[in-house]
Amino acid sequence: MKATSAVDLRRRAVSRAVEVFCAASVVLALVPLGMILFFVLRQGLPALNGAFFTEMPKPVGEPGGGMANAMVGTLILIGIAALAAVPVGIACGVYLTEYRRARLSTAARFSADVLNGVPSIVIGIFAYQAAVVPFRRFTALAGGLALGVMMLPLIIRTTEELLGLVPPSYREGSLALGATRARAVWTVVLPAALPGIVTGVLVALARVAGETAPLLFTSFNNQFWSTRLDQEIASLTVQVYTYANSPYEDWHRQAWAGATVLIASVLFFSLLSRFATRRLERMHRGTA
Amino acid sequence: MTRTAVARDGSLFRLGLGVAALAVVALVLGIAFVLVDGSLLSLRAFGFSFWRTQVWDPVARRFGALPFIWGTLYSSFLALLLAAPVALGIAVFLSELSPRLLRQPLTFLTELLAAIPSIVYGLWGMFVLVPVVRKLEVATPGWMRHVPLFSGPPLGVGMLAAALVLAVMVVPFTAAVAREVLKAVPGAQREAAYALGATRWEAIRMALFYGRTGIIGAVMLGLGRALGETMAVTMVIGNNPQVSPSIFAPQYTMASVIANEFTEAADPLHLHALVEIGLVLFLLTIVINALSRLLLWRVGKKEEAPAVPAAAAPVAA
Repeated sequence: MKATSAVDLRRRAVSRAVEVFCAASVVLALVPLGMILFFVLRQGLPALNGAFFTEMPKPVGEPGGGMANAMVGTLILIGIAALAAVPVGIACGVYLTEYRRARLSTAARFSADVLNGVPSIVIGIFAYQAAVVPFRRFTALAGGLALGVMMLPLIIRTTEELLGLVPPSYREGSLALGATRARAVWTVVLPAALPGIVTGVLVALARVAGETAPLLFTSFNNQFWSTRLDQEIASLTVQVYTYANSPYEDWHRQAWAGATVLIASVLFFSLLSRFATRRLERMHRGTA
Repeated sequence: MTRTAVARDGSLFRLGLGVAALAVVALVLGIAFVLVDGSLLSLRAFGFSFWRTQVWDPVARRFGALPFIWGTLYSSFLALLLAAPVALGIAVFLSELSPRLLRQPLTFLTELLAAIPSIVYGLWGMFVLVPVVRKLEVATPGWMRHVPLFSGPPLGVGMLAAALVLAVMVVPFTAAVAREVLKAVPGAQREAAYALGATRWEAIRMALFYGRTGIIGAVMLGLGRALGETMAVTMVIGNNPQVSPSIFAPQYTMASVIANEFTEAADPLHLHALVEIGLVLFLLTIVINALSRLLLWRVGKKEEAPAVPAAAAPVAA
């Protein structure tokens, strides 16, 4: 065999170097992830006690207090968002799978794509003009609406994707038994995809629960207990933002604790969705 | 059921669903209308000079958005400069090099970066990253400080901190799509390269070249994310409207100025100027996203369009 030439050595060295760079990239991306998780947990966990979940914010200078109102506020906001976005999103997703080539499908798919890319702050402006200006006040309803708009493309995409995973034999079988299209979708295809769609909705909820920008001038913030839909309402994210920008140590601790709650819920739902998607894919492979 | 009843049932079904699909289209048109309608005063008063003027003075009722569009474009550009190579590295590692056992968990972890709320990025940026950046700026040797790129006092908050946070936030999106692109490259391409005696890198370079439009699309998708990011950037960029090439200087972005001033804009002209910034942000992201779709569309032609995986399903940043 011919001895390896200098050129070959160089080529191999370059290849090695690139491989090392690629591996280093992964590490480089994991460093901030680890750092964020580490700092959030280190700063947030000590402040995360029972009072954090059950008590109201305390005035500056008084230690303790919690974010009970903000957590309930976030739940109310994402509740409104879900009520607004889930029915429309699933119906639109079904339309996209059922009438794949219809002109309206192309338009709706494009619109969902556009909506998905619209910066959250711009959606905040939209909700402000559409739901705050007419009533001349910040309301929970406006905030929920803004989050609903953010959720919509996520739900449409999940629905379309998961309906695509349902084996065509399901619907064919049901149609062959004389079911109408509506019946086949409603009683066979949709239920088969439902577990996945539900997880998708939960992930979308966790996602929009972490949104701040669209709430800044729709639901605003509220230092007091409020569950009314026609008043401004506190939310976890806006409260974290307010506290982070304050000059008080106590409030910074509270902000970190709020971030811990946010991260924990996002982590939980991401793991859940991964698990559910995997199961669904296995099912699909098993029956196809 | 009679035939007509079946037909009626079918069309009713279609109608019901069609209303939902139509609502989504109407929503996007509605957003566009609201943004134009809400910025008429500013559009009429300033016209195109709005985007060439540097002065932003609500008290004197003079509004120029140049500093904000500069801040948005500059921060996004810097973020992509940092993020694109790393994201491509990750995509190559996960699709070509990774040991089988590590592939799934590593993919999940990198995608997890996309799931972290932007307010948490902001918090981390504010309290952890900014002090580090400040130390870095203080440690910058004197001769370098004379270069415009590094001029200005070492504040910590500023363009560099913003670009770093943005880069971290953009990486998972670009990496996920680039991975899909690489996955769509036919195996025969690589095999052919190896058969010709290519090293691993030479084969990968082949694959990257084969999927080049898709790769550009993936980077553009990241750009779309970076342009609209609000909270994290607002918390670390320093919020100072100035057009400066210095990465140490506190600057301002379009999304940040909306977030900061919207509730305080009592003057209708001020409000309309802010909405006009929102309108341009809206148009900018649509164009960028449409371009990236167009580039990615060819890749996904054989299968479905390369969707961002479930764990990275993005909420508009």
